[in-house]
Amino acid sequence: MFAAFDNFPALLIWLPLAGGLLSFFIKSEKGAKANAMIFSLLSLVVMLTALFFTASKHFMLNQVSYVWLPGIGSSFGLILDGLTRILSLLTVIIFPIVFLMVPANRYIHANRFYGLMLLTQCGLLGVFMATDALVFYLFWELALIPVYFLSSVWGGEKRIRATFKFFIYTFLGSLFLLIGILYMYLKTGTGSFGLVAFYNAQLSQTEQFWMFGLFFIAFAIKMPVFPFHTWQPEAYEEAPTPVTMVLSGVMVKMGLFGVLRWLLPMFPLAVKEFNTVIIVVIVSGMVYASFIAIYQDSIKRLIAYSSIAHIGLMAAGAFTLKDSAIHGLTLQMFNHGINIVALWVAADIVERQTGVTRISQLGGIARKAPILTIFLVIAAFANIALPLTNAFVGELMIFNGLFQFKPWIAAFAGLSIILSAVYTLNMVKNVFYGEPVAATSTFTDINRLQGLALTVLTVLIFVVGVYPDPFFKLIHETVGLIVNKYVTI
Amino acid sequence: MNAIIVAALWGVLMMYAGFVAKGRSTNLLAVTGVIVLLVVNWLEYLGLSIFSIDTKGMLVYNSFGLLFNEVILFATLMYFLLSGQELGKSNKTPSDLYALIFFILAGIAIIAGFKSLLMLFIGIEIVSIPLYVLAGSAKTNLKSNEAALKYFLMGSFSTGLMLMGIAFLYGDAGTFFLEGINAGMGIISPMKGIGLVLLLASMSFKVSAAPFHFWTPDVYDGSPTVFTSFMATIVKSAGFFAFLKLFESAFGNIHREWQILMAVIVFLTLVIGNVTAVFQQSVKRMLSYSSIAQAGFMLLGIFALNVFAKQGMILYFAAYSLATIAIFAVLARFKDDSIESFNGFARRQPLVAMSLLVSFLSLAGIPLTAGFFAKYFMLLAVLKDATMLWLVVVAILCAAVSVYYYFRVIQAMYFKDLTADQEQQQLPEFNRAFKIIILINSLLILALGIHPDWLTNLL
Repeated sequence: MFAAFDNFPALLIWLPLAGGLLSFFIKSEKGAKANAMIFSLLSLVVMLTALFFTASKHFMLNQVSYVWLPGIGSSFGLILDGLTRILSLLTVIIFPIVFLMVPANRYIHANRFYGLMLLTQCGLLGVFMATDALVFYLFWELALIPVYFLSSVWGGEKRIRATFKFFIYTFLGSLFLLIGILYMYLKTGTGSFGLVAFYNAQLSQTEQFWMFGLFFIAFAIKMPVFPFHTWQPEAYEEAPTPVTMVLSGVMVKMGLFGVLRWLLPMFPLAVKEFNTVIIVVIVSGMVYASFIAIYQDSIKRLIAYSSIAHIGLMAAGAFTLKDSAIHGLTLQMFNHGINIVALWVAADIVERQTGVTRISQLGGIARKAPILTIFLVIAAFANIALPLTNAFVGELMIFNGLFQFKPWIAAFAGLSIILSAVYTLNMVKNVFYGEPVAATSTFTDINRLQGLALTVLTVLIFVVGVYPDPFFKLIHETVGLIVNKYVTI
Repeated sequence: MNAIIVAALWGVLMMYAGFVAKGRSTNLLAVTGVIVLLVVNWLEYLGLSIFSIDTKGMLVYNSFGLLFNEVILFATLMYFLLSGQELGKSNKTPSDLYALIFFILAGIAIIAGFKSLLMLFIGIEIVSIPLYVLAGSAKTNLKSNEAALKYFLMGSFSTGLMLMGIAFLYGDAGTFFLEGINAGMGIISPMKGIGLVLLLASMSFKVSAAPFHFWTPDVYDGSPTVFTSFMATIVKSAGFFAFLKLFESAFGNIHREWQILMAVIVFLTLVIGNVTAVFQQSVKRMLSYSSIAQAGFMLLGIFALNVFAKQGMILYFAAYSLATIAIFAVLARFKDDSIESFNGFARRQPLVAMSLLVSFLSLAGIPLTAGFFAKYFMLLAVLKDATMLWLVVVAILCAAVSVYYYFRVIQAMYFKDLTADQEQQQLPEFNRAFKIIILINSLLILALGIHPDWLTNLL
């Protein structure tokens, strides 16, 4: 039935799933960690191999469809195309880094912790690769459930409440998505959940408006963009740091991915109708989130609000429907994942050593830990999108698109870039420079594992910043398909 | 037909078995009985009827009815296996109680094939009367007595309404047969209208749909937990089957006329059931409101009345019954019904807790469990005809609310620690057989969540 291993998408699903299930039966923590590392690295190897076999030439290796529910019209279909490759690559890079950073003896029942993390990875990869709406929906939920348990069991003090809020919020969004998917299914005429059938469904303008609303709410909650963002800061703060990395680095991309893969190609009339309003709301939300970020005293909350601003920029870029913006945002999805994880890694090291997350109670770490400071400053520069860093390329292209769309919106959105420099540099200044305070007086520099993780991330920041061309080649075709849909209307 | 006769005979057998069989052997005999029933019913599904009795067309079995009966019997099997021990403890002569359950199964088998309103009435009465006895089977418990009396009074009242409705329909059509009532393409006479409304009210009573649900929480709460489990799952599913079949076969032609009435009932049931469940502190009471809430979703199938509705109904019976039976079986072992008593349960009984987790996820309709596809089909059924789509929005808002109260138990089991005085208390113990069966139960829920077509294709 599903038991074929001769193609990349299937391997990318089964490897983390098998590893995750296996993990529940491993008793020792070391064994569980090794198991998690092995399976996440195997996924990375599979993905890197897949990069050499392009989707157009080797489609047998990159596309697969198993019979699942023929009576219902759903098949277990997966694909690795340009857009999917970028996000899958991000996923398989982030997970080993996250596992590397999990400290020993931190979490009780570590085997379950690693198991649930691997199941999350499986869910995320499934969301990105699904070519069948029902499969997409199942993975969409499958990615959520393990995260709920991870945060509720191993999270901070107010974890149960915060995580539950997050869960109910996104679950409600998913239910709207489900209604949308079911309605589309009935409209395909062929009784199929396939992506192509959905693209070709005949909808009247009013129907498109309603369907657009249903899909958009689900994706907007997941990203999250203003005004659906209220679950996010609390959830990031209360979740255990490895989960926060996955949440902010990869999981929020599910919403953006949904917009690119499902929303934009399916409802062109509705998108044309609403995109200005949406962009204006999102951009206002960006500026708003940036202002809030300035006044945050907690490092975690600062990163959370900064993430709302950055995600907002990408979402706004998607709705401009301009070629350069969509290119830029696809690349930026990858970049944002790398940058924010680098920031979390640094924040986590600081928290673990000092036990403090308040910016006002920290200071002078640079004297004690120069290497960490170098890495952090690079990540901070990438967060502000300075030239030579990866985010510069992505955000520049998004701004280019926004400018083509409406210059005044681009100008207004530019405010958030300035503000991001304010809060990021402020944080760097207060936490890392100045005189050491009581909490940081015994700070020691990073160890080798932490150094390895940060080096990988930093290399990626520079490589993409200097030579983004291969990435653009990867996504060119997929982006073209989306944009062409809008040329004719 | 096979199932009616075997169930009735086995009921008599169970009564006499009380003289000789004691303890476990009674349970064993009952389990054997259900397995025999499962087999003979399946044989009939395959076209092999052991008994052939001329009922003048009043009982006709099609694949939908037989499949429904098979699902019900399977749920009963799970119920006997999981709750048999508690059932044995609840009374000095458990074989009497088993006998009553077999009589109920005979009644359900009649419901599975009725073609005439007379048979519907007889079937529903055969189901109801033993149930009144079961509700009051804890003879020394005042709450149980109250529940039995309440159930009896309310039940008789709704039976009265049903008889009245049947009389009106007979007066209009001159026949008890469903086809006869359905004839006369879409024309609705005053007498038929009154009959329809009376039947709608009495059936809503039986399936505890709002605004006829008031008896449910008290009766479910007062009855011994073992029998609450039986009432809330197997009997309720039978009520729904009767409801669906009656309104499809007798009032299908005038579907559009009563659809708005149904929409109001669905709306009230969903909202009242879900919102009230949020405020419950006792798991047992929460589950009785949850059964009202789930009834709201099943009613969507009767509201829509198309091919998806039938598939969804069968799946819903299985998903809802399996999950609820497992939860009640565990709950019956607790001394205290409060949510707090589940604190730290996952640490003490990881396997049982995991099975409960699957059951609760299924009730909440999370993907990869049977409950998801049950809800999926119901929503699809309503969306298909694209009338009154606001109901769908209400339904999913309620589904989101339901996550809240189901997850409270999950949170207690997995994320909360025992309080100091709870450490002292004895938590229930489970033997190995129980653990294996409850595990199989949850695997079945997962299997139906991955491959719902294994069940729906049989239709």
